[in-house]
Amino acid sequence: MSDVKKTRQGIRVRLEAEETALVRALMEQMLTLLGDAPGADDELASLGIAENATTPEDPVLARLFPDAYRDDGEAAGEFRRYTEMGLRDGKREAASTVLGALQPARTETVLDEKQAQAWLRALNDVRLALGTRLEIGEEWYEEASRLDPRDPRAPMFAAYDWLTMLQESLVRVVW
Amino acid sequence: MSASSTAPAPVELERPDAEEDVRADRPWLAIVWNDPINLMSYVTYVFQAVFGYGKPKAEKLMLDVHHKGRAVVANGTREEMERDVEILHSYGLWATVRRDD
Repeated sequence: MSDVKKTRQGIRVRLEAEETALVRALMEQMLTLLGDAPGADDELASLGIAENATTPEDPVLARLFPDAYRDDGEAAGEFRRYTEMGLRDGKREAASTVLGALQPARTETVLDEKQAQAWLRALNDVRLALGTRLEIGEEWYEEASRLDPRDPRAPMFAAYDWLTMLQESLVRVVW
Repeated sequence: MSASSTAPAPVELERPDAEEDVRADRPWLAIVWNDPINLMSYVTYVFQAVFGYGKPKAEKLMLDVHHKGRAVVANGTREEMERDVEILHSYGLWATVRRDD
């Protein structure tokens, strides 16, 4: 079982070896999903401005980078052009912070406040991604408990449930 | 109102119509929408961290989002609201900007 505690050294997160492996795998998938940072030769991109400003077709990316205007496509596009690259960088950085703190062989890590905030955001991003893929609704817990254990989605529901618990314990400690 | 704009300049306090001026200047809203994934505790924490709101106000806004489907979490100039929404997106909240009618 995972265990999150505030200690004199900082916030201590203890995970089982397979939990460490799960978190690492999910953070690596998140980095893949977010894609590489643009090269330095792209002038607009180096200023944090994107050329493409359309809503992503992938529902997970559309959830991670939602339209900032509901009824104004042009304003939403402009907002996206100027913010999405920076937001992607931030999400990449948060996932990398988790990966950096959670080396494969380590099951215990002590986080300072800034790292803990990055963990919260990264865990939330991964939950948003999994939850969107699973089409999580308000009644998801009952739905998941009725699921045939052989259903291919069962491990994803289990991972989502566990990440929810981990994030909840981390919020309680950071708050 | 965002944390960066909570303290009015003293000169404004001396003007009797300062409050009206501020309202006329601040016709944009940041709105957070309910979603089934974000945790209630996390959303409250984000409102406190981003806007510097006290726990009671942050909790009330979170419950408004949860029960009414959305809540206005800040108001200000368009630029300020876009900045707030960008920060809320960095935390994974579903937030939008809208002009106050």
